[in-house]
Amino acid sequence: MNAAVLTEPAAAAGQWRQCWLRLRRHRAAVVALGVLGLVVLAALVVPLVSPYDFATPDWDELYHPPDASHWLGTDALGRDLFVRVMWGCRISLLVGIAASLVSVLIGVVWGATAGYSGGKTDSLMMRSVDILYTVPFIPLVIVLTVLFGRSFLLVFVAIGAVSWLDIARIVRGQTLSLKNREFVEAARALGLSNTRMIFRHVVPNLLGVVIIYATLTVPTVILFEAFLSFLGLGVHAPLASLGTLVSDGANHMKSHPYLLTVPAVFLTLIVCCFSYLGDGLRDALDPREQR
Amino acid sequence: MTVLNFLGRRLMIAVPTLLVIATLAFGLLHATPGGPFDSAKQIPPEIKHSIEAKYHLDEPLWRQYLRYLNDLAHGDLGPSFQYRNTSVNELIRAGLPVDAVVGSLALLAALLTGGVVGTVAALRRNGPWDHVPMFFAVLGISVPVFVTGPLLILVFAVRLHWLPSGDWRGGEIRYLILPVTALALPYTAYIARMVRGAAIEVFTSPFIRTARAKGLPTRIVVLRHALRPVLMPLVSFLGPAFAGVLTGSIIIESVFGLPGIGRYFLTGAINRDYTLVVGITVLYGVLIILFNLLADLCYAWLDPRVRLQS
Repeated sequence: MNAAVLTEPAAAAGQWRQCWLRLRRHRAAVVALGVLGLVVLAALVVPLVSPYDFATPDWDELYHPPDASHWLGTDALGRDLFVRVMWGCRISLLVGIAASLVSVLIGVVWGATAGYSGGKTDSLMMRSVDILYTVPFIPLVIVLTVLFGRSFLLVFVAIGAVSWLDIARIVRGQTLSLKNREFVEAARALGLSNTRMIFRHVVPNLLGVVIIYATLTVPTVILFEAFLSFLGLGVHAPLASLGTLVSDGANHMKSHPYLLTVPAVFLTLIVCCFSYLGDGLRDALDPREQR
Repeated sequence: MTVLNFLGRRLMIAVPTLLVIATLAFGLLHATPGGPFDSAKQIPPEIKHSIEAKYHLDEPLWRQYLRYLNDLAHGDLGPSFQYRNTSVNELIRAGLPVDAVVGSLALLAALLTGGVVGTVAALRRNGPWDHVPMFFAVLGISVPVFVTGPLLILVFAVRLHWLPSGDWRGGEIRYLILPVTALALPYTAYIARMVRGAAIEVFTSPFIRTARAKGLPTRIVVLRHALRPVLMPLVSFLGPAFAGVLTGSIIIESVFGLPGIGRYFLTGAINRDYTLVVGITVLYGVLIILFNLLADLCYAWLDPRVRLQS
């Protein structure tokens, strides 16, 4: 104990190592991580090595059923579905991860500041979170995307701005319980500035919770983007996210069901894996909440 | 804090919240270029001018805003721009019952199935009765409605011809089954997981051990002692969930072709029907606030330890 406290970097490394070991015991999370890795790898590599392009129509190959030349068939414009789905994975993952980072950033800064400041600042900041909770965001985002056209950036910002509320609340709660701990008091006694206190001493101790919630935010963001794309408000054609592909597939499902099922399977797979990974991380990083 | 006091304070927050929502929606729509009457057809300028005068679009923005707020305070959401001679109130009155029927049936189904599955999983913890349903629960949460909806249509309407693939027909049961199922699935999964978690916590707590030690049969222990604390987290979930079912049914409506308010909202947003879009957004805000309030009241009523705070 004493030695571990004295050599802090080593202790920190040990803590992460322990988390990794605990995570590895969580079989579902390990499988999820592996599957995610495969999907990411495929999404990166397949469009590079495939002879087909995601955008160029091939009028001789419309609705080509899955076979050796087109592994997952072609769509209504003769475009290779495998390549399109892999591009869809790229875009969905990119949107999911980038927007989650945005929301985590806003949420952590907001929550940590509110929790650490306390008093009037805290109640004002959290009251505004309460108000934002009751704003019907789905309609507002729809209005935004309709008004400003379908911009890729807007989708990022809109989703990121919507999903930081939960993280802000959780981070604030954790900060409240952290700020009266001895090490924070010791740091305060050393005369550190508030900003330094928040970002050097409070935020690093929140890392575990933040990682868990970031992992769990990614699937919700991916689903939200897919939702927008399904309504025709997502990314531009010919580029397609998984949501657009599902939406296209739904239009052709009566004659060619694979156009719906293939992107649907990939979407589900990605979202499922992130959920399992989040569960595993929760057990690994937060041993108090063992269920 | 008394209940009346609590209600008063919540209302005091609700009014500025609604004001923020209305202002945000109003401001967004009016801040961007383009109006509801200057798109497709070429209308002679004088006719366009008289139409705009009829809807007060020629006035300065602040007057339009104040006029809108004044009407809003009287419960009047104004005339719709795209549906001539129809007010937004009438459109909502026509559409909301559809969403309410589908939404409440879906939540009811989700509550019953999810509750039973979650309780059984908690009682048979770590057995196949736990793992298999919980796997499907993760799947149910992960698969979005716009995937399950078309898949249900594909299987039960296109292939098996058991049920119609869409339409409303005044809420005939045959037409309700598929949309209600599709909407209920993710909520069922969520409730099952929540009930399982809560039930495990409750079943291992001392008062249940005491009840068992007294020699009470499991049925009595579950129904009389464990049920209430297990239901607690559900109550706070159901309030927002009901509002979410009503606001989030846009997808269900477009997949199954139901005439609910979500469809009006979507066409309204695309056609720049200012009043319709702002009106429905405000309505959604009211619903969210209302159901959160109801959930909090139920929560306090079920659990005497909880004190009402605003």
